Amino acid sequence: MTLTLENITKTMGGVTHIDDVSMTLEPGSFNVLLGRTLAGKTTLMRIMAGLEPPTSGRILVNGTNVTGQRVQKRNIAMVYQQFINYPSMNVYDNIASPLKLQGADKAEIDRRVRETAELMHIEHLLDRLPQELSGGQQQRTAMARAMVKDCTLLLLDEPLVNLDYKLREELREEIPNLLAKRDTIVVYATTEPMEALLLGGKCAVMHEGRVTQFGATTSVFHNPATVETGLIFSDPPINLIAGHIADRTLSLASGHNIALAGHLSGISTGNCTVGVRANHLSVVNPGPHAIAMQGNVELAEITGSETFVHVHFNDASWVIQEEGVHNPRLGETSTFYLDPSRLFVFDADNRLMAAPPVEIANGKAA
Amino acid sequence: MNKITNNKAWFLVLPVFFIVAISAIIPLMTVVNYSVQDIFGPDNRFFVGTEWFKQVLDDSRLHEALLRQIGYTFSVLLIEIPLGICIALTLPRKGWGVSACMVLLALPLLIPWNVVGTIWQIFGRADIGLGGYVLNMLGVDYNYTQSSVDAWLTVLVMDVWHWTSLVVLLCYAGLRSIPDAYYQAAKIDGASRWAVFRFIQLPKMQSVLVIGVLLRFMDSFMIYTEPFVLTGGGPGNATTFLSQYLTRMAVGQFDLGPAAAFSLIYFLIILLVCWVFYTVVMNAGQREEH
Repeated sequence: MTLTLENITKTMGGVTHIDDVSMTLEPGSFNVLLGRTLAGKTTLMRIMAGLEPPTSGRILVNGTNVTGQRVQKRNIAMVYQQFINYPSMNVYDNIASPLKLQGADKAEIDRRVRETAELMHIEHLLDRLPQELSGGQQQRTAMARAMVKDCTLLLLDEPLVNLDYKLREELREEIPNLLAKRDTIVVYATTEPMEALLLGGKCAVMHEGRVTQFGATTSVFHNPATVETGLIFSDPPINLIAGHIADRTLSLASGHNIALAGHLSGISTGNCTVGVRANHLSVVNPGPHAIAMQGNVELAEITGSETFVHVHFNDASWVIQEEGVHNPRLGETSTFYLDPSRLFVFDADNRLMAAPPVEIANGKAA
Repeated sequence: MNKITNNKAWFLVLPVFFIVAISAIIPLMTVVNYSVQDIFGPDNRFFVGTEWFKQVLDDSRLHEALLRQIGYTFSVLLIEIPLGICIALTLPRKGWGVSACMVLLALPLLIPWNVVGTIWQIFGRADIGLGGYVLNMLGVDYNYTQSSVDAWLTVLVMDVWHWTSLVVLLCYAGLRSIPDAYYQAAKIDGASRWAVFRFIQLPKMQSVLVIGVLLRFMDSFMIYTEPFVLTGGGPGNATTFLSQYLTRMAVGQFDLGPAAAFSLIYFLIILLVCWVFYTVVMNAGQREEH
């Protein structure tokens, strides 16, 4: 099925939660909703599901208006951040519950429950109660419950948030494969840019109730249409500085001048905002093309294989991501390097003018 | 590895030990002491062994009181628990109604037992009480001082009025702790109202319900003040429950020996029933649907 949202708006108590969202989700597509907390991801999903009516706008399934239709009739499934299973039923009955309510016959139920359980690697836990399972197993059960009926729309609302790191990685790898062969539209909400990239598919970036950009996940990442999208779809958020373009030169507010070349050569003159991702700044000199800059070190976070250096630069806080362990002195001025070929330039209206070409397999990842 | 022994820790346990000794162990041992002796005066006592226990266990009036008590407690639980659940389910979940309902529900709980007894004693009178007057007007021959059934029912209604709120509050707390996502999930599945109750609300309320049942069992099994204020255990013996009988024996007739023996049996009954109930419910919860 194709799900179309037409000018969906939702206001509650005078506050706008969803602001004029229009998008079309293709059959069998995997769609990531990426946005910070309170961006409206859950509300949008609830509207897609039919759990809440939109204040205005229409929801179409294959061109048919279903806006007022009850959720029971829509054949959807949802997985939540919390592990939601029927507490008094064992895993088998939990997975079987949607099929029983649909009125499938016993043999069919049994076959599909076992099939789905095997897919989710919980076939050995079928006679356990949810409270006897680990968090990961509980969420696998909840996902099996959602996947067992051939729903047309599967909504996953930050399903991995409450799991520990290891389990999260494990399930995150499995999810796209599990859903690949299906005709179901999958919508997956997350706050993490990394997760969105690993899941792939298409990505809708949400900010304050609006969808700021919707497209293939990697292309949204490489070409954020607005400054906001760039900030959301980047971890740590993209570093920003004001600039001005004139005479084939980009002058940054910090006083540095960059001659326009490469992907920057075609851009129009005027005021602009320049963005650079943390991994495109470095504390070691990458080569003669790099521009040296000075900033006051505020913080250094060492994650083991990488160091995140926070510097105070031109009245803003910038983050530099560098491979290896570095120990800059806090409070002292330190030099870092900017690669002009990796700059994003946004125009005066914060719309993307130039994005760096995609790097393929050399040194730093894009 | 050497285990470090430090006996100083015992000093920290001493205060608790003293408090428990004074509040529970010493009084209990006094009762045990009474129950095995026949005491005529401070220096005039005889050890009688289990004689008092035998006497008490053979007492037919006590058997009657025990049966009456079991019937009463059963009725209390049978009415208050389902009623409490039903009321809790219909309470509003948000808005100003919540606090209004909470205050209304908490009111009966704040009233002392003997006041409850007095309220219902007056309320049920046919001459000056609203309840009794209305019932008689409607043609019901209601008189709790003469009819044993009426007296028994009055005590039951009194308890339901007084204590159902407690069950409601406990269930309401249990219901409030269920995340909204459960209801959404059930809605998406297309589960019926009954299925939501049976498979989400009831299992999630289980632990508070166990506490509710235990509290209501213990309390109603020890009921004393209300029937005492209403009719003093009458008419006849209609509302003479175990506590009434025990008090009559100990304070009225000053039969300390049998009363002490009976107290111990009474205590053990409550302890045993609570333990059996708790164990059964907890095991059932673990094994359910396996």
